[in-house]
Amino acid sequence: MNRRIIEENVFKILMLASLAIVLGSLVIIVGIVVINGFPALSIEMFTQTPTGRYYLGQGSGGILNAILGSLFLALPATALAYLIGLAIALYLQRDFLHPWASSFIRFTLDVLWGIPSIIYGVFCFMFMIMLGMRASLLVGIIALTLLEIPIITRYMDEAISMVPRGLKESAYSLGSTKFETAMKVVRRQAFPGILAGVLLGLGRGIGDAASILFTSGFSSDIPTSIFDSTAALPTIIFRFYTSPIPAVQQRAYAAAFILLMIVLTISIASRLLTRRFKKHVIK
Amino acid sequence: MNYQIETKNLNVYYHNNNALKNINIKIPAKQLTAVIGPSGCGKTTLLKSFNRLLEIQDDVKTSGQILVDGENILDYKASEVPDIRKKMGLLSQKPYPLPMSIYENVAYGLRIHHNKTKEELDQAVENCLQEAGLWNEVKDRLHDPATRLSLGQQQRLCLARAIAVKPEVLLCDEPTSALDPISAQQIEKLLLKLKKEFTVVLVTHTLRQAKRVADYVIFIYFGEVLEQGPAKEVFNHPKHPQTKAYLVGEIG
Repeated sequence: MNRRIIEENVFKILMLASLAIVLGSLVIIVGIVVINGFPALSIEMFTQTPTGRYYLGQGSGGILNAILGSLFLALPATALAYLIGLAIALYLQRDFLHPWASSFIRFTLDVLWGIPSIIYGVFCFMFMIMLGMRASLLVGIIALTLLEIPIITRYMDEAISMVPRGLKESAYSLGSTKFETAMKVVRRQAFPGILAGVLLGLGRGIGDAASILFTSGFSSDIPTSIFDSTAALPTIIFRFYTSPIPAVQQRAYAAAFILLMIVLTISIASRLLTRRFKKHVIK
Repeated sequence: MNYQIETKNLNVYYHNNNALKNINIKIPAKQLTAVIGPSGCGKTTLLKSFNRLLEIQDDVKTSGQILVDGENILDYKASEVPDIRKKMGLLSQKPYPLPMSIYENVAYGLRIHHNKTKEELDQAVENCLQEAGLWNEVKDRLHDPATRLSLGQQQRLCLARAIAVKPEVLLCDEPTSALDPISAQQIEKLLLKLKKEFTVVLVTHTLRQAKRVADYVIFIYFGEVLEQGPAKEVFNHPKHPQTKAYLVGEIG
């Protein structure tokens, strides 16, 4: 057979194999979570906080504290990371910053993206101790914000860089300032990409255990102020799954199932929302 | 004659490439000036230097003077640049409607420059769309996205958007080259109508278009202005041999 045809086929098989590995793992992960978690699910899990005996696999209770804790941690963190990230991403464009400086900042953000989340956790923990604070919702939010900023910023930056120069020129030639152009035109045009970045950040933040392990602490109660420590789904999964009691381990899967559903719901809802904005985007 | 824009020894460099060399031109007010010449000879660069759009690109250096109403706009501070751009409406090669509704596209410039009430805005938007000959086609769907318009309609929307901020000059960068013949003709007619109110600078590499519409002609060849003058003079009695060659179709 022709060498080029063999080459073609080998690469086709390689690509299919990679796809199978990725999709296969996804199916297996979701499958295990559903199979193990679904039987342990109950209405109480969503409506009650755990009692002492709940951690031993007995008694009644739920993980409402962790569900709400996760939302209270990840939603404000994502909102903060969005605001800070948007400012950075807009500022990185040629209109504001010399390309030499922006490529350095992009490189820095890429490095930050690669830093394991436990480092963010330890970093915030250190500051927390220095300031004499205790593990709380607030410190957890800060840790998650720092974790999400590089992800959201780099993603938004890519989306914003794709905005055609002619569009910016149009806005400028109407007498817009750089700020008006960035906020009223560029941001709108890049909106679908910006939202995708925010979702990516939210998904990463809501599922991350290491950064909030030391910083948000753990509590069986629903936090009532940002200075309360709080449980979250990833930390309660960690706690449940390390338990030697099989019934508790099952609840870890149930919690993972709930986490999966939350992320899925947020993604689908935002995608439906973007349709409203997408119609304005020029091609 | 009354001149709107005048350049003195204008030089533009990309990296170290001298894209415009010692340009000395005068653009008459309230007339249509066509800038002609082969592709890649600096016509667009010249146009974009008039509203200081060049500087949003990398590595562009400009020297010399561009006098608009007697003031050198190259001396303007960064914070004053939006003022000069407001004076110079731009119509680009490909229409770029802003990512918002038809109404908001026209209202955009009015909103950033003036505080207008809803009624004043409505009226101003209608007037501008009327003037750009688009009103009848869009009056029932003002809040549709601008992207739903055809290319020719989008270009007229861009024209309406530009005149909404009441510029003194309309800079047109081959505004018909991406359009079908009928849309192109509409734009051309509009420009002829608008030159009574605005100074129009039209970059074109369609010689026939220049002959149809121009009052005044500037011929650019490899970054140099080889000839400028009233259209009749340049077209009928070109002085420079290169202009002659371009007009009869030997180059470009």
